[in-house]
Amino acid sequence: MSAVLFDVPGPQAQRRARIGAAVAAVLATVLVGLVLWKLAAEGEFESELWEDLRQPNIARAIGQGLTSTLSAAASAIVLSVVFGAVLAVARLSDHRVFRIPAAVVIEFFRAVPLLLLIMFVFFGFSNLFSDYWSLVLALMLYNGSVLAEVFRAGVNAVPRGQSEAASAIGMRKSQVMSSVLLPQAVTIMLPAIISQCVVVLKDTALGVIIAYGDLVFQANLIAESVNHTIVPLALAALIFIVINYSLSRLATWLERRFAERGRGGAGGTGTADLQLDPVRGGAGD
Amino acid sequence: MRFMRTKAALGATALGLSLAACGSDSNKADVEVAEDVSFDAGTTMADLSDAGTMRIGVKVDQPGIGFQEPGEDAPTGFDIEIGRIIAGGLGIDDDGIEWVETVSDNREPFLEQDKVDIVVASYSITDERRQIVGQAGPYYVTGQQLLVREDDKESITGPEDLEGKNVCSVTGSTSLDRMVDEYGSKPVPFATYSECVDQLTNESVDAVTTDGAILLGYAAEEPDELEVVGEAFSEERYGVGYSKDDTEFCQYITDTIQAAMDDGTWAEAFEATLGESGVDTPEPPEMDPCE
Amino acid sequence: MDTLVENRAEIWEGFRLTLWMLLVSGILATVLGTVLASFRVSPVGSLRAIGTSYVNVFRNTPLVIILVLSAAFWPTVGLNSIGVLGYSTFVTFAVLGLSVYTAAFVCEAVRSGINSVATGQAEAARSVGMTFTQSLRLVILPQALRAVIPPLTSIYIALAKNTSVAAIVGVPEAAYVMRRLSNKFTSDVYAIFLGIALGYVIIVLVLSGLLQLAERRLAVAR
Repeated sequence: MSAVLFDVPGPQAQRRARIGAAVAAVLATVLVGLVLWKLAAEGEFESELWEDLRQPNIARAIGQGLTSTLSAAASAIVLSVVFGAVLAVARLSDHRVFRIPAAVVIEFFRAVPLLLLIMFVFFGFSNLFSDYWSLVLALMLYNGSVLAEVFRAGVNAVPRGQSEAASAIGMRKSQVMSSVLLPQAVTIMLPAIISQCVVVLKDTALGVIIAYGDLVFQANLIAESVNHTIVPLALAALIFIVINYSLSRLATWLERRFAERGRGGAGGTGTADLQLDPVRGGAGD
Repeated sequence: MRFMRTKAALGATALGLSLAACGSDSNKADVEVAEDVSFDAGTTMADLSDAGTMRIGVKVDQPGIGFQEPGEDAPTGFDIEIGRIIAGGLGIDDDGIEWVETVSDNREPFLEQDKVDIVVASYSITDERRQIVGQAGPYYVTGQQLLVREDDKESITGPEDLEGKNVCSVTGSTSLDRMVDEYGSKPVPFATYSECVDQLTNESVDAVTTDGAILLGYAAEEPDELEVVGEAFSEERYGVGYSKDDTEFCQYITDTIQAAMDDGTWAEAFEATLGESGVDTPEPPEMDPCE
Repeated sequence: MDTLVENRAEIWEGFRLTLWMLLVSGILATVLGTVLASFRVSPVGSLRAIGTSYVNVFRNTPLVIILVLSAAFWPTVGLNSIGVLGYSTFVTFAVLGLSVYTAAFVCEAVRSGINSVATGQAEAARSVGMTFTQSLRLVILPQALRAVIPPLTSIYIALAKNTSVAAIVGVPEAAYVMRRLSNKFTSDVYAIFLGIALGYVIIVLVLSGLLQLAERRLAVAR
């Protein structure tokens, strides 16, 4: 990985690294063990709890929650891609009437916390949208704005010669965008879109603020009914980790495949940086 | 009554829903589903009765009142029982009821847009709401109270003692707003009441506040540690929401609940839900006439 | 509009909590994230494993869960009044949760920053006899810092927005104030939302401005 940072270890260094590794591993194990021991001492793992959690209705609740989470996330990601593409096109437009509003929308929705957006859509338009649509629309507004910037970078990464060539054979500007630039931008940006799925999946959890029955909401209900908070919530976390980790691996794999194929020509290396850092950084949401 | 509970308990075992916290009863009263009902054609009652189905807006996160047990299809609680009583009178059984989740902010819109037929969702009767929707009842009267630790029950006897103290309730609840605005408490907003109760037990907050009915349930779970103190300092009269100006429907709802109060079904419903935690069954409240 | 002006004290109180949580968790996350990043590039295998597992666990868990667990965990292990400088214990719980979560992102940003420093630099550092820690501390990290500023900016901005989740774990910050005011003044919901949203927009703009300034200062002609 970063072999440049240290010499290829000799016998002595190897021994020292092994000792260091052992010490670090022991320390980490002791730390985690202490936490678990303390939680066990406080009765967080008592056998009665596990019995309650083995009831069939708990599995059903988790299933329902997971379904709700996945369906809200799926709708949100589809709508976000569409909304993001529209915003990106508007922002790249030659006309100020499209460009400026698009920029304002993008910057506004990227700066406002999603929790606020969800509450606003839900409470501000309670006669229009259910909890499901409030959550999906808020997710769309935010993630669409993030994706718009990703697409814009993607379009800019398509070598200039392509749009010039397209114009030269007589394509109109809208044709250049829709049949030359966007398809390539979306392909280049596919890994980033998948990374954004991780963000969306995690953010559906904010639906608890409007009592949307997602995985976290169900975990809360379970916590209420078994009288313990830590284990049910940690279980929900585990499910998220498994799904999101798999998605991240998929994104990395796709990214590597595109890199191998040398997709996007000159834009290749540019997209690679742009792809992971800012987007992953934004993934802090 | 004893017999009823045993029967309910048997039902619970069969359904396999016995969970630690919310007790081992099925949280259901024995509601009679009327047969051979007939209502005047054109009334809401006739429409619902003919359709055999009914949409009832309820809350799903208020233990004892309207709470969705994890993994169950139908919620349980006192509100739910009232809904079943009203549906039962129309000849609609449990299978014919569609429970629609509502939260405080969308109850009026749901009625106005006909997304639900009635709302039974700890829906306090107020004059403002009666401008927009109809409210029959009250079928239950409660009020905001305080839940404190056993050790503090001498020093905290009412909301006045909580100035500058940490008081917990759910984010966005009017109970918490009242503590802040009228008694100068520091708000501690959480997503669920049980998190608040946990924080009370571990001494991070000084009191939990919401409608007394809910607090009594938590106090009963840990009688040696927690105590509901003082008188209620607000009056919440829970009513059944229906769409405005449907006076015949209001009369039907009021009569049906009155009948349930008279024949003991109301008390049974209370015992199976809020009374589950050991709270005494109150006298049924006097209901408002329909205009 | 009037509602916003009349309640400015309460709104400010909310944003004061938001800013405090941003500041403290920003610092804690940066420190923890940098330590984790040095784990991830270290020659010691188990440190690398610790770093990697940490990132995979915390980056993939919803923040809501982390904050709820934080608020439940600390009191369970006996730390129930750990408020500092007059801020409530719940602020501390939230700050710890936010820091632990954000550190995973900081770690990844710093690690890719380290990887972006030219190989020759590390080789040169080693050839003059510097150890791993020396070359990391004196040569690589100062240069990586420059590459790290843009992704860190996004991370801090995300953090500023993420503090709003503390509204459901006991902290009456700006998002809670919005919910409370829109309960009380139902007819002004839109103005209240726009007002509070504007507050966040300002925080985001100031943050990116500050970091751009830092970037320009650190920039060197290459």
